[in-house]
Amino acid sequence: MYYDIDSVRYMTGSVMAAGSVVDTPGADPVIDVRDLRMRYGDKEVLAGVDFSARAGEVVVLLGPNGAGKTTTIEILEGFRARSGGHARVLGVDPAAGDERWRARLGVVLQSWRDHSKWRVRELLTHLGSYYEAYSTAEKRRPWVVDELLEVVGLTAAAGTAIGRLSGGQRRRLDVAIGIVGRPDLLFLDEPTVGFDPEARRDFHDLIHRLTDVDSTTVLLTTHDLDEAEKLADRILILATGRIVASGSADELSRQVAGESEVRWTRDGRRFVHSAADATSFVRELFGQHGEAIGDLEVRRAGLEETYMRLVREAEGEGR
Amino acid sequence: MRRLIGAGVRRGVIELRQTVTNVADVIGYLFAPVMLIGWLQVIKGDEVPGSTVSLGAYSLVSSLALLLVISGVTSTAQYLTMDREDGTLLRAKATPNGMIGYLIGKIVLVAGVMVLTCVVTLLPGSFLVEGLRFDGGTWLTLLWLLPLSMLALMPAGAILGSFFETARGAAILMLPVLGLTAISGIFYAHSVQPGWLQGVSQVFPMYWLGSGLRSAFLPGEPERQLATAGVLAIWAVLGLGLAPRILRRMARRESGSLVAARRERAMSRTI
Repeated sequence: MYYDIDSVRYMTGSVMAAGSVVDTPGADPVIDVRDLRMRYGDKEVLAGVDFSARAGEVVVLLGPNGAGKTTTIEILEGFRARSGGHARVLGVDPAAGDERWRARLGVVLQSWRDHSKWRVRELLTHLGSYYEAYSTAEKRRPWVVDELLEVVGLTAAAGTAIGRLSGGQRRRLDVAIGIVGRPDLLFLDEPTVGFDPEARRDFHDLIHRLTDVDSTTVLLTTHDLDEAEKLADRILILATGRIVASGSADELSRQVAGESEVRWTRDGRRFVHSAADATSFVRELFGQHGEAIGDLEVRRAGLEETYMRLVREAEGEGR
Repeated sequence: MRRLIGAGVRRGVIELRQTVTNVADVIGYLFAPVMLIGWLQVIKGDEVPGSTVSLGAYSLVSSLALLLVISGVTSTAQYLTMDREDGTLLRAKATPNGMIGYLIGKIVLVAGVMVLTCVVTLLPGSFLVEGLRFDGGTWLTLLWLLPLSMLALMPAGAILGSFFETARGAAILMLPVLGLTAISGIFYAHSVQPGWLQGVSQVFPMYWLGSGLRSAFLPGEPERQLATAGVLAIWAVLGLGLAPRILRRMARRESGSLVAARRERAMSRTI
């Protein structure tokens, strides 16, 4: 006997749904956004965004420039007043968040060049000291600076003036400042711009550590699809002010009935073919050539194709 | 709250240390006093027309008023615009109670710069000019005059600074300051001006700061302490009442995309 995978998922899904009826602390979504709207003059930037994020979840906002990613993040950070809709961040309306609420957030913006005369350790110690008042038994705030420097790989640069850091080091410092208060929710706006591959991997490890050890919730925007695929529990694709798709990278590519790519070799020659129904194409291929087929590979549409297609569709509708 | 004040004071001390160890900043601070001391050499021995006070002593003390106004108003405005431009203010906003810590830090920084200005002007100056008085009365006057001036000048600087988008724009504030210098009896006696101009200058703190400092350091200068304290106090009360509101409004508008846009503009300007 065997279980159909979809029905097993359905069963566990319903078990979880039943469990969540019990009012346990932390069961409330960390971010809850419904019909979020933003307009500047007569230009509508957000036209009804809906999503939520649970504790410990990594949610990635993907979308072309001008789709409203930064606007969404700024509204949730409490830096920008929304034009309409419902928004709750850690149970609080971000437009009315107090300092206690602020202490539970970490913010990493796209471009920082502040405090250029300060030294790395000096600034982390200083900014960390504001979080002392919000330390709890479960979460000691702030992060011990030496440990934090180690975690983001800036130990050697601890005494350097911030204005003299390289682009990648500066970005790591921004991330360090974002997490110095050990936030429950971390906002990251294109955090890995300027990172070399090694720094990027270290950063991904850091995010995993934050979500696993501290169950920090992360909302991240990126242009890097590879990064989204590696980090995200859930990807939200934002286009023309709306979320046009959401799910894991795998779920997204299932949503789009894309063509799969089939590669094989025959008589030492390589072949590539795009097929809507890969299974029947391969069956036919073997029927015709039998044993002559080698190195068979079938690839479902990747995140990139899915993303391009969804964005193009959304932008086409918008016109 | 005590912890927060501690953080703000530490912030101010760190920034004060940064500015006095920065070569460009130090040259900026020393430029005016050096010019002043050169000028004192030239007018050595002259007397203020119609009085027994040496022109050197008069100029030294009056110029101190000018330098204090520059560091209190113009520098405050420029620090503020600089911090808006580079995102320091936004960082403060992203930190719990960060804005309060930021403001305390700025007060400590500006106060420190003002005290340093006094020291680097008066110390060499007092060896060059004759007839300065240093007695209990001098120190007593300074003890209330300097803090009160800071309270009158800094909020004004902060409010003015919030109207400028860039530090470069805020540099324009030097013009009205120099204009006020011309009519406030800093370089020559106030009484030679037409009456209406005397009236205008007496609305602003610079005249009163100059007058207060002269009464502290120059024997025989009229003591108008009550009027001095009164006008400066009015400025302080108005400034302290308005500044938090105006600063809060300015800070509320700060966001990442605004800082990024300003940065882009700044970059395209240099190209």
